[in-house]
Amino acid sequence: MTALATVASRAPVSVNRKWIAAGTMIAFGLIDILIFGLFSHRGDVSYALSLTGAKINVPTVKVPATQLAYVLGFASILIGIARGTLPESRAIKILSIAAVLLFFVLSLLAWADTGSWANGIPVNVVVLLQNTLATSIPLILGALAGCMGERAGVINIAIEGQLLLGAFTAAIVASAVGVLWLGFIGGSLAGGLVGAVLGVFAIRFFVDQIILGVVLNILISGLTGYLYDRLLVPNANTYNSASTFSTLKIPGLGDIPIIGPIFFDSTIFLYVTYAAIIAVQVGLFSTRWGLRVRAVGEHPTAADTVGIKVLGIRYGNLIMGGMLAGIGGAYLTIGSVGTFSKDMSSGLGYIALAAMIFGRWTPLGATLAALLFGFTGALGSFLGSITVPISSYILAMVPYVATIIAVAGLVGRVRAPAADGKPYMRA
Amino acid sequence: MTEDASGPPANTAPEASTPASGSTSGGPGTPPRRGLRGLDREIINSITHGSPAVVTILAIFLALVIGALIIAFSDTTVLHQFNSFFAAPGAAISAAWHAVADAYSALFEGAIFNPHTVSAAFHGGSVGAIFYPLSETAAQATPLILTGLSVALAFRAGLFNIGAASQWIGGAIVVTWLGFGVSLPPVIHVIVCLIGGFIGGAVLGWIVGDLKARTGAHEVIVTIMLNYIMYNMLSYLLGTHAALQQPGQSNLTSPNIAANAQLPHVGGPPPQVGVGFLVAIAAAAGLWWLLERSTIGFEFRTVGANPSAARTAGMSVPRTWVLAMLIAGGIAGLSGAVAIQGQFLSLNFQSYGTFGFDGITVALLGRAKPLGVVLAALLFGALNTGGTNMQAATSVPVDISKVIEGLIVLFVAAPMLIRLLFRLRSTHGGGMEAVAKGWNG
Repeated sequence: MTALATVASRAPVSVNRKWIAAGTMIAFGLIDILIFGLFSHRGDVSYALSLTGAKINVPTVKVPATQLAYVLGFASILIGIARGTLPESRAIKILSIAAVLLFFVLSLLAWADTGSWANGIPVNVVVLLQNTLATSIPLILGALAGCMGERAGVINIAIEGQLLLGAFTAAIVASAVGVLWLGFIGGSLAGGLVGAVLGVFAIRFFVDQIILGVVLNILISGLTGYLYDRLLVPNANTYNSASTFSTLKIPGLGDIPIIGPIFFDSTIFLYVTYAAIIAVQVGLFSTRWGLRVRAVGEHPTAADTVGIKVLGIRYGNLIMGGMLAGIGGAYLTIGSVGTFSKDMSSGLGYIALAAMIFGRWTPLGATLAALLFGFTGALGSFLGSITVPISSYILAMVPYVATIIAVAGLVGRVRAPAADGKPYMRA
Repeated sequence: MTEDASGPPANTAPEASTPASGSTSGGPGTPPRRGLRGLDREIINSITHGSPAVVTILAIFLALVIGALIIAFSDTTVLHQFNSFFAAPGAAISAAWHAVADAYSALFEGAIFNPHTVSAAFHGGSVGAIFYPLSETAAQATPLILTGLSVALAFRAGLFNIGAASQWIGGAIVVTWLGFGVSLPPVIHVIVCLIGGFIGGAVLGWIVGDLKARTGAHEVIVTIMLNYIMYNMLSYLLGTHAALQQPGQSNLTSPNIAANAQLPHVGGPPPQVGVGFLVAIAAAAGLWWLLERSTIGFEFRTVGANPSAARTAGMSVPRTWVLAMLIAGGIAGLSGAVAIQGQFLSLNFQSYGTFGFDGITVALLGRAKPLGVVLAALLFGALNTGGTNMQAATSVPVDISKVIEGLIVLFVAAPMLIRLLFRLRSTHGGGMEAVAKGWNG
């Protein structure tokens, strides 16, 4: 209850956490060796690094699968031991986790791609990462919406609803008017509207914010489901037949081998996402506005005393954040499949929320966490496409299990803005 | 966080702590009961001051009005009439009125009572048919009562259980497996399955409570993630022949549970009341006793209201969290058991429906109190049953029930809005007893 309490406050933070991290890394190394190494078939795994028909063709990398898994697993174990013995530092923490995860994924792919089921299809790293970014767009924008709200002291669980209403509105507007850009704007405004409603109920009427978010999600799911059955299904041609944004290759940058197709050859949504990440990160941490927002989120009374408009900042952030999430929702329809279907946000908003907490309420951290979730999603669909003999349902669980582990342990102490979730009443 | 401010703690009857009787305990300024005249004044006071019961009724009314507007303005004939609104305003308004009246009367007839069945009964039809809608409502409400109780119990201990869906699945998986995989004599099989369902849900609840107690992981995040894990787990188990899949089937569905494991119905052919409904009512009564009369319940409520005070008083806050989540999970698992044993008889990958999330709305509307939860679940059961009938009769999609439910809870959660709209005087009381704590605990 106190301002100093943290999400992880009740565990005695001790050397234990360090050893748990080290043990987890060693365990990952053992899995690399004992499962992916021992059970992988003889032969080379090939990692393709360019798309077919690219201007500059990067040669495909071929590595003997078994040996690769052994080496990477051994390296992971060494990193784990180093993590347990060396002094703690933020850089070591991040680098060690990143390396162990990367090694794990590479060994997993080595095992999966040399199996009899894979038919020698190479692992196309470029496609995998393209899919990662595409899957991450709604997650990143949703997590940024969460950051905007919570940095100003309002918990936003309604990200899910913002995505869904954004997707719905974008599909309808783009089909009915026939202009994709209007769909984009409509989706964004719809998300902003949810943010405004959230603001009115949370700020003006003091409704518990977590409960409010969940209720808004239920409400929006019901409303879009109702209108879908009532209007969209009978008039699919008029209301639910939007086209999608085509890809826009950035001249020059888009032709760089490997990096070009991954980062600079996508729809407008990806570029808007880049802009949003930079804007929110710089805005929150390097501008006068950001300082005010953080003051409102940490100590609204003090902020009010020096003349900052607490409620105005909160409304503004909820609406702007909602607009970002609405764009993320629009991506689901006019950015990828075109048509709306019931409950199509399918929990992405909740994952975005987890990404924001995982990323410690910072835009960059949230983005990295969202990319991690996006990557597990893309990896899962790749493994499904080469018919790996692991159930797709088990693969689909991975991001959620990872989130629980992360929230419960690996991240360590995380602290929300002090006034997060507390309505502000002037004394 | 605020305990029911109904003054004297001598709430000897369960009704005393419910919104239904909240009208007898208005604001602090309410005069003591003095004969009929005093009672009159009290009722008037509670209305003008907006007691919880009044706020709830107004919230339901407001939600139905907004639902009506949505029905009217999504009807193509109505929209067509409104295109020529200024030429013929009467036609437009009457078209809107008819669209709404048709939909809502179909909803009412499907959920509560259909006048046609009475006249049919006089002409030699079945008398039982009169009660069919009500029995259907009770059947729909049964799993909702239990998931609602699960969420409500967690709320009272200061925890927000969004994971009733995962706990429901946990219970349903165990029940289904015990139901078709084990062979037991009649009554014992039913009881073993019910206990199995409780345990299946309790394990998932325990995970949440234990993680929160040990590491401080926020229960909202953990329960949301467990929901998705369990959706996938269910599909996985139903797609694996060695686990739950029906032999010789490629669909994600389990075999039917044994006849011995099925919950019987009381009262012969429909209309009938499932034993599951009685189980749910018994669970509500048991939970009321637990919360209001037992030491454990006192600890739950104290920890929920003020963890620091509870700690100072020597209560173990982490232990309370674990126990509360364990029981809450168990009750949600029981909901899965009752639904499988009494209604579905087999499990498929969509069986969990919206029981978990509806449990949240039910618990909020019932103000996290057992009797309130039962009443709220009956209301939502009626909206769901009636909604299905409405969709069949007027092709208004059943999802409107979900919209109305969401709106009701939204308004109940914002009593200040209701007071503002209906010009009620008081500015306190009638708020949510249920509060979820922010990330910082």
